[in-house]
Amino acid sequence: MMETLTNDMTVTLSERAARHISNFIAKRGKGLGIRLGVRTSGCSGMAYKLEFVDEKTDEDLVFESFGVKIVVDPKSLPYLAGTELDFVREGLNEGFKFNNPNVKDECGCGESFNV
Amino acid sequence: MALLQIAEPGMSAEPHKQRLAAGIDLGTTNSLVATVRNGIAVCLPDESGRAMLPSVVHYRLDGGVEVGMPAMRAHTTDPKNTILSVKRFMGRGLKDVAHVETMPYDFADTDGMVRLRTVQGIRSPVEISAEVLKVLGARARASLGGELAGVVITVPAYFDDAQRQATKDAARLAGLEVLRLLNEPTAAAVAYGLDNGAEGVYAVYDLGGGTFDLSILKLSRGIFEVMATNGDSALGGDDFDHRLFCWILDRANIDPPSSEDARRLLMKAREAKELLTAADEAPIRLTLSSAEEVNLTIDRETFAQLTEHLVRKTLAPMRKVLRDAGLAPEDVKGVVMVGGATRMPHIQRSVAAFFGQEPLTNLDPDKVVALGAALQANVLAGNRKDDDEWLLLDVIPLSLGLETMGGLVEKVIPRNSTLPIARAQEFTTYKDGQTAMAFHVIQGERELVADCRSLARFELRGIPPMAAGAARIRVAFQVDADGLLSVSAREMSSCVEASVAVKPSYGLSDDEIASMLKEGMRHAGEDMAARALAEQRVEAMRLVEATAAALETDGGLLSAGERKSIEATMAALRKLCAGSDHRAIKQAVTALSRETDDFAARRMDHGIRTALAGQKVDEIQI
Repeated sequence: MMETLTNDMTVTLSERAARHISNFIAKRGKGLGIRLGVRTSGCSGMAYKLEFVDEKTDEDLVFESFGVKIVVDPKSLPYLAGTELDFVREGLNEGFKFNNPNVKDECGCGESFNV
Repeated sequence: MALLQIAEPGMSAEPHKQRLAAGIDLGTTNSLVATVRNGIAVCLPDESGRAMLPSVVHYRLDGGVEVGMPAMRAHTTDPKNTILSVKRFMGRGLKDVAHVETMPYDFADTDGMVRLRTVQGIRSPVEISAEVLKVLGARARASLGGELAGVVITVPAYFDDAQRQATKDAARLAGLEVLRLLNEPTAAAVAYGLDNGAEGVYAVYDLGGGTFDLSILKLSRGIFEVMATNGDSALGGDDFDHRLFCWILDRANIDPPSSEDARRLLMKAREAKELLTAADEAPIRLTLSSAEEVNLTIDRETFAQLTEHLVRKTLAPMRKVLRDAGLAPEDVKGVVMVGGATRMPHIQRSVAAFFGQEPLTNLDPDKVVALGAALQANVLAGNRKDDDEWLLLDVIPLSLGLETMGGLVEKVIPRNSTLPIARAQEFTTYKDGQTAMAFHVIQGERELVADCRSLARFELRGIPPMAAGAARIRVAFQVDADGLLSVSAREMSSCVEASVAVKPSYGLSDDEIASMLKEGMRHAGEDMAARALAEQRVEAMRLVEATAAALETDGGLLSAGERKSIEATMAALRKLCAGSDHRAIKQAVTALSRETDDFAARRMDHGIRTALAGQKVDEIQI
C-alpha cells in the first residue's frame, strides 16, 4: 500500500467530473470547491466523504484539477492518494465514482471499502 | 455499485444510511418526480429522457397496465379503459364530479368515492393514481440507486381532507412513504427559494393544460399561508391550441377535417404555439389525407390577438382573488409562474402589466412544483443541517369548529393551521341542571352553522346537575399528521367523556371548497351582523328565562306595580327578539337587567336570611 502513496500523492478529477462539479457549485451559488475524505465506518471499514467546501482549515491540502479545487484533510490523504474522481451514468442513475488504487476490496455496494 | 452525490459540508451520509427522498407533482394532465442531487433540485427523466409522465392509465384486456405515453396511445382505441385526469375524481362522490355524462367511463354505482368499471374490474381513483405513483416511484429508485425514505406529494391548495387522504392512500398503495403533502403553489414558491426570502405576499399564477389556478400566499415566519385561491377549472393551454387550430381551418378553408387530420392539425397548432415562444413567426405545414396542402405562417402578434380573450379570462380571477384577500396588485411582492402555458410571451406581458412587475420565470414552469416538493422532501428526510429553518407546511384548508347556541360557529382550529395540531376550548351548560350536551362539529369559514358544512354530531351524557354556567366542559380538537380529525368532550369535575372520530367527507367538490372560502370572505360583514344578532338573541332569551324563573319562586318580594313593570319590559324584549335589530335587542337586554337589579339584590338578601334562619353563628361556614 505504501508504494502507491509515494508514487502519486495527488488526487484528481476526470474532466467530466470537473465539469459537473463546476456546474453544481455555480448553481449552488457558493463554495470553494469539493472535499474528498475518508472515515472509518461501513461494512468494509472505510467510507468516502464527498462534500461541498465552504470553509477550509489551515491543515487541509488543496489540489486543483480542470479548474476545480479539491480539498483533502491530511489524515485522509494516505487512503486517497492517486485517486481519480469520475462522474458516471449507469442507466437512470448518475453520480460520482472513486477510482482509488489503494482499495483492496470494497463492499458490494461500493459505499465503503478496505485498504 | 452505488454512485455518490456531493453532500452539504458535514452532511455526508453513513454508508447505506443515505436517506433518499423525492418530490412528486401528481398532476391532472402530467406528473413529475424530482430529487435533490449534489445540492440541486432536479427532475428525474425516464429512459428516453422525458421528465413528464402523462397522468394516464390504461387497463389492458390481457391484464397488463400501461401508464404514460403508451396509455395515451390507447386513449383513442380503448377510451373506456383508459383513464385520463383521474385527479378530478380523487376523494369525490359521483355527484361531485362535473360532466359525468360526457365521459367515456362506466361509473359503478357506489357510495362514497366514485369507482370506474374497467376490463380488469372496478377501480377506485386511489388505485388508478397509485399506478401513476408506482411508475414515478420506480423511476426514482432506479435513478437514485436505492430505496426511498419517503416522498412529498403536491396537491392543489383547495383540496379538502377527503382529497388529501385519497392522495395519501394512493401513495401507500404504490408503496411510497408520504413524508408530507404540500400545497402546489407553496411548492412553487419553495422552488424559487421565496421561503428563505423576505416576508410578504406572493401570487402564484398556474396555467396548466386544462386548468387555471391563482393563489395568494403570505409568507410569515417561514410559513406559507394560502390567503385566497381562485381560478377556472375549464381554462388552460389546450384552449390556446384549439383557438389556433380553428384559425388554421379557417385560413386553409378546410371543411370539417377527418378525425385523423384534426388530430394532426391540433399537433401542428401546438407546435406552432411552442415555436412562437422563442421565434417571431412559425410555419404550419401539413399534407392532409385528401392530399390537400396546408401551408401557413403565423406570427407572434397574430397569435397574441387570436388568444387575447383567453388571456383576459385569467385576469378576472386575478382581480377577484386579490379582492378576496383584501389586497391591491402593488401589495404583491413577487409573482411565480407555473405551468407550460405561462411560457407564452403575451401571457407574461399581461401578468407583468397587471402586477406592475416582471413575474419569476427563470425556472421551468412545468417542473417548478416538483422541484419545490423535492426540496421539501430533502429537508424532511433529514438531509439538511439547518432543519429548524424549515417549518411544517401542511395546513388545514377550512376552519374546524363547533355549533354553539343560536346556530353560531365557534371556530376551534382556524384555517391554515399547520398539521398536526390539537386545540381545546371550554364550554359550559346553558340551563340549570343540564345533564347532557350535544356537539355538532362544523367545517367552514362562515359565522353561521347553516352556511358551513356539518362533519359530525355526538353527545356528552352524565354531566352532574349544576347551575347554568357552572359545568366546565373541555372540548379538544385534534388533527393528526394525516389530516384526520377527532373531537372529544370531557366534563372536568366528573370526568365523563365522549368522543368522535370524523371520517373524511366525500361531499365537497373543489368548486364548493373554493366558493366556501370566497363566500366566507365576501360575507364577512353580513356574517358579523348575523353573529351579533344571534348572540344578542341568546343573551336575551337567557335573561328572560332567568327572570321568569325568579318571578315564579320569589315573585312575592315585589310589589304588584314592580312586577307589572318587569313583565312589560320582558314582553318588549321578547318582541324585539323576533326582529333582526341586534342593537335594539341589546338595549332592551340592558334595560331588563337594570330593571331587575334591585329585585336580584332583594332575592339575594332573602336567600341569605332564609339560609341563616335558626342557625348558630359557629355552624355557619363561609
